[in-house]
Amino acid sequence: MQRSNPMQKIVLNYPKTKTGLRRRMRWGETIIQTVLFLSGFFSIFITVGIVYELGKESMLFFTKRQWENTNKPLAAGIELDTTEFLLGSEGRSLKEGELIRLGLTGEEIMRVVSINGNTVVVERGVEGTQPKEHASGIQLYSATQVTLWEFISGTEWQPQIQKFGIWALLNSTLMTTTIAMLVAIPLGIGVAIYLSEYASTRIRSTLKPILEVLAGVPTIVYGYFALTFMTPLLRIIFGRDVVQIYNTASAGIVMGILILPLISSMTEDALHAVPNALREAAYGLGATRLETAIKVVVPAAISGISAAIIVGISRAIGETMIVAVAAGAGPNFTFNPFEGAETMTGHIVRISGGDISYDSIDYNSIFAIGLMLFLITLVLNIISQQIVRRFREVYE
Amino acid sequence: MSQPEFNTIQEKPSDFTDNVQARHRSGLIWTLLFQFSTIVGIVALATLLATTINQSSGIVIYEAKVDPSSLAVKGVPLEDQSKEQLMGVLQANLSEGAYNKINRETPFEEQSRDDVYDLVIERIVKYQVAESWLLWESLTNRSEIDQIIAQEYPNNLVRFVIWFNWDFLTSKQSSDPVIAGVRSAFLGSLWTIFITVLFAFPIGVMAAIYLEEYATTDNWFNRLIQTNINNLAGVPSIIYGILGLAIFVRALQPITSGSIFGTVDPTTANGRTILSAGLTLGLLVLPLIIINSQEAIRAVPGSLRNASYGIGATKWQTVWSHVLPNAIPGILTGTILAISRAIGETAPLVVVGASTVILLDPDGPFSKFTTLPIQIYQWTTRPQDEFRFIAAAAIITLLILLLSLNATAVLLRNRFSRRY
Repeated sequence: MQRSNPMQKIVLNYPKTKTGLRRRMRWGETIIQTVLFLSGFFSIFITVGIVYELGKESMLFFTKRQWENTNKPLAAGIELDTTEFLLGSEGRSLKEGELIRLGLTGEEIMRVVSINGNTVVVERGVEGTQPKEHASGIQLYSATQVTLWEFISGTEWQPQIQKFGIWALLNSTLMTTTIAMLVAIPLGIGVAIYLSEYASTRIRSTLKPILEVLAGVPTIVYGYFALTFMTPLLRIIFGRDVVQIYNTASAGIVMGILILPLISSMTEDALHAVPNALREAAYGLGATRLETAIKVVVPAAISGISAAIIVGISRAIGETMIVAVAAGAGPNFTFNPFEGAETMTGHIVRISGGDISYDSIDYNSIFAIGLMLFLITLVLNIISQQIVRRFREVYE
Repeated sequence: MSQPEFNTIQEKPSDFTDNVQARHRSGLIWTLLFQFSTIVGIVALATLLATTINQSSGIVIYEAKVDPSSLAVKGVPLEDQSKEQLMGVLQANLSEGAYNKINRETPFEEQSRDDVYDLVIERIVKYQVAESWLLWESLTNRSEIDQIIAQEYPNNLVRFVIWFNWDFLTSKQSSDPVIAGVRSAFLGSLWTIFITVLFAFPIGVMAAIYLEEYATTDNWFNRLIQTNINNLAGVPSIIYGILGLAIFVRALQPITSGSIFGTVDPTTANGRTILSAGLTLGLLVLPLIIINSQEAIRAVPGSLRNASYGIGATKWQTVWSHVLPNAIPGILTGTILAISRAIGETAPLVVVGASTVILLDPDGPFSKFTTLPIQIYQWTTRPQDEFRFIAAAAIITLLILLLSLNATAVLLRNRFSRRY
């Protein structure tokens, strides 16, 4: 007799539909997950967009050829095959290997082979242009290009005469940032230590929102404050002859006030994360409140505090409206904080504020400055994240 | 024998007690320094507000281009004239073309008597500020000011003006500070923020859901997205302006100017519109919205998710019915804070190309735009004092707007926040 297997029976009696215990494919879920993924991926797209656009237009800035008038006229008309001709003695002298053309809209481009007094030997019709006849008296234009070296080493920024030295702008950015940090670091850390280590819960819960309000005020309001309050105050203290109406000191100090809440709140978070056991141990050894705060709590939170300072610096470098309003409109390479000097961000705002033409060198130059700004702040932000990650003390 | 050793031991405690006082003293000094820095922060905020309020009102002496008393008709002074008499005054003092132009734009039959009176003041009398004092001087130095008024401006109109008033809020932009208002800028801000939210809120929340609920495995790609978002939050706002200029204003000009939709004349259209501005600000606040939403989603306890999975819900059902309803107050609070950041942003919009002169109110995403912070910027950079006064009034408008937004955020947080 055949013994029936009870398990087999159950399986056989199971209704023969397609629903199994296998995981079903849910198309709706897949579509939703894809959409969510794309939203997350969008942020990568923004970064790529920033790098691509800044890079592309900066490349144009460094490769765009500009024609500069040498004020040197052609002494006599030249034929199609003339390679040696006489120039007037006035104007800027030429250099060997330079590309020149006759007249600003002259189609033919020539390369200077050698110069002998006022006589010049050229190679005609270079870069695919055709030799042409030219009448006497036409002025020579020479090709100039902004080189990367000029850009990162020059101290003069005057687009009208093809001077693009970033230090004229970078210097004042560093000046305002330094002044801002001189204000914000001591005050910010002082506020944080006070709130975290000294203040009672009640004082803390009143003061923290006030500082948050300070952080939430739009930067243009700080710009207004710098111009209508801080600058007149500085002029009263140091004298009207010393302090100009637009100056980096006023912009820097107000920027320090703007960054104070940022540094104090990040520092306070770091101090707050230090476990109480450390404080109690210090008190137990007989340390005073100050000694506990300075010698135990602050060193334990030093990674968070350094990160706060670096984020503050990065914020100060990228800060725009305060310097656009109060620091002055015009590049000026100076170390005097009472003189007006335009920063990188201030320059971008001023240049793009008017109706800027898209194929001008000015338009390309704001992208080159922007790229510089982006790289500086990016490096600072990455450093701050690394500090937090690597040097953070983890307490149980 | 052991006497000297004993002595040295006895001396040590006396050293120890001696410097306790010094330690406490330095502790006190530093405490005062820490308190001082806190006070500096608060004083700075107070000074900022005081400066703004001080600039936003005060005594003003007006100078009329045409003396209103000379406009009296048959002995009836200007203030008491009827609408018809005022129209007569307009006709007599304006050129034929100018008069007809006013009539074409808004016919006189539709205007009230007060409207026509305002027109007379604006077009003919043309009050200019002759001299002005700030609020503090106006209050403390009244007698001296009265003396100056009596000596130098005996016949002028003198008013104590609070520049932040209803007229200021409802008037359109003007190159004349006496009659200029912030209506266009206010509407421009609202339109821009509307587009920003429409664009950034859904993408931001979805990205946050992806990062918190789906990208749970710790692989290089998820880490890359997270690091990237953190870095984007630290990019200076002006960089977003440059990006917006290159992408929205230039590359996507047909879309952002509205010319492919045929709503505007393609020959005059350009990409410097509300749409470009809104999208640029959208890119700017996106990382903030993502980070804030992530925190809100992270605060929902895992037990809720597990209970949902336990009764057989799918991932999306869990997210939609359990995680999101519990996280939404936090998400909204974070979004409102991000929006208040966007409302105050100036630099990116200047780069994207806000208009300096706006004659018509913005009426859609393809209008030219100006916003409150930009208006403040433009007025602040003018040399005349009067522009500083209306800039202060515009700052008060902006701060009230931001304060009410932040209050909403705090209310939301307190009302709906749950503890698990």
